[in-house]
Amino acid sequence: MNVWIAIGVTVLGCYAVKLAGLLVPAGALERPVVKRLAALLPVALLAALTAQQTFADGQTLVLDARAAGLGAAAVALLLRAPFLLVVAAAVVVTAGVRALGA
Amino acid sequence: MAVGLSGFAFGVTSAGSGLTLWQTCALSLLVFTGASQFALVGALAGGGSPFTAAAGAFFLGVRNAFYGLRLSQVLALPRAVRPFAAQWVIDETAAVALAQPTRRTARIGFWVTGLTLYVLWNLTTLLGALGAEAIGDTDAWGLDAAGPAVFLALLAPMLKTGTERAAAGLAVLLGLGLLPVLPAGVPVLLAALAAPVVLWAEGRRRGQGAGR
Repeated sequence: MNVWIAIGVTVLGCYAVKLAGLLVPAGALERPVVKRLAALLPVALLAALTAQQTFADGQTLVLDARAAGLGAAAVALLLRAPFLLVVAAAVVVTAGVRALGA
Repeated sequence: MAVGLSGFAFGVTSAGSGLTLWQTCALSLLVFTGASQFALVGALAGGGSPFTAAAGAFFLGVRNAFYGLRLSQVLALPRAVRPFAAQWVIDETAAVALAQPTRRTARIGFWVTGLTLYVLWNLTTLLGALGAEAIGDTDAWGLDAAGPAVFLALLAPMLKTGTERAAAGLAVLLGLGLLPVLPAGVPVLLAALAAPVVLWAEGRRRGQGAGR
């Protein structure tokens, strides 16, 4: 039930912001500070989410195979690999390290 | 291609996070903005309350409002059409439509990209969720690393200047540092504060530089 509540709230919230952009008169959100903040907010959120989903197990911090996988993804990104390869590198390395029993 | 893979990755991640097939597909059909969907299932898997989980997803979706703002000028859609167009206001449709030279091609670009991605995203989500059910233990296949890898791939091109890197660094510290001490889902929301903090610090530094 909780999951459906979360889905419902997310559906409404995400649709509302999409629609708001199309309906709000131009200029209302065009202030430089608002634009800068809107650009920077996803950076902060994505960084925190990446870190948490790599190093968190519930509410404890752990260093496991996922860290190696993310390291591989980072290397792939530095080498300008396409998106597909970046995600594949993370998955394959994580599975590999786990299979080796680390 | 990239969208197809992330749709598949989302289906797998969502199923691996314990969501049912219906819940996974409902998210792709009704939310249709990838980063928010990944964030939501990740937060739910981490034991977050439905509202903190939804709040993280919501803040990631806020950028779509700014795409909509620019798209409404370029596309000049009739008011009655806007509620239908809104669902397809995402990174990719904005990128395609805003790159077009004329209103006609921008409109075509928006609708064609929107339709193609919507179909592809939902089909691959379904395949991913079904695949995950068939595989069973998705962790053994390293598929729990797909979610963060998608985030990292989205994040990397955004880290253009020191400001973005500072915000990302501070957000990582807040997100990990607060994780053991606050309820699940809350640390991510507090980590988002790294954005206004870094902007404020930057503004102050610039103000001081101008004063001298």
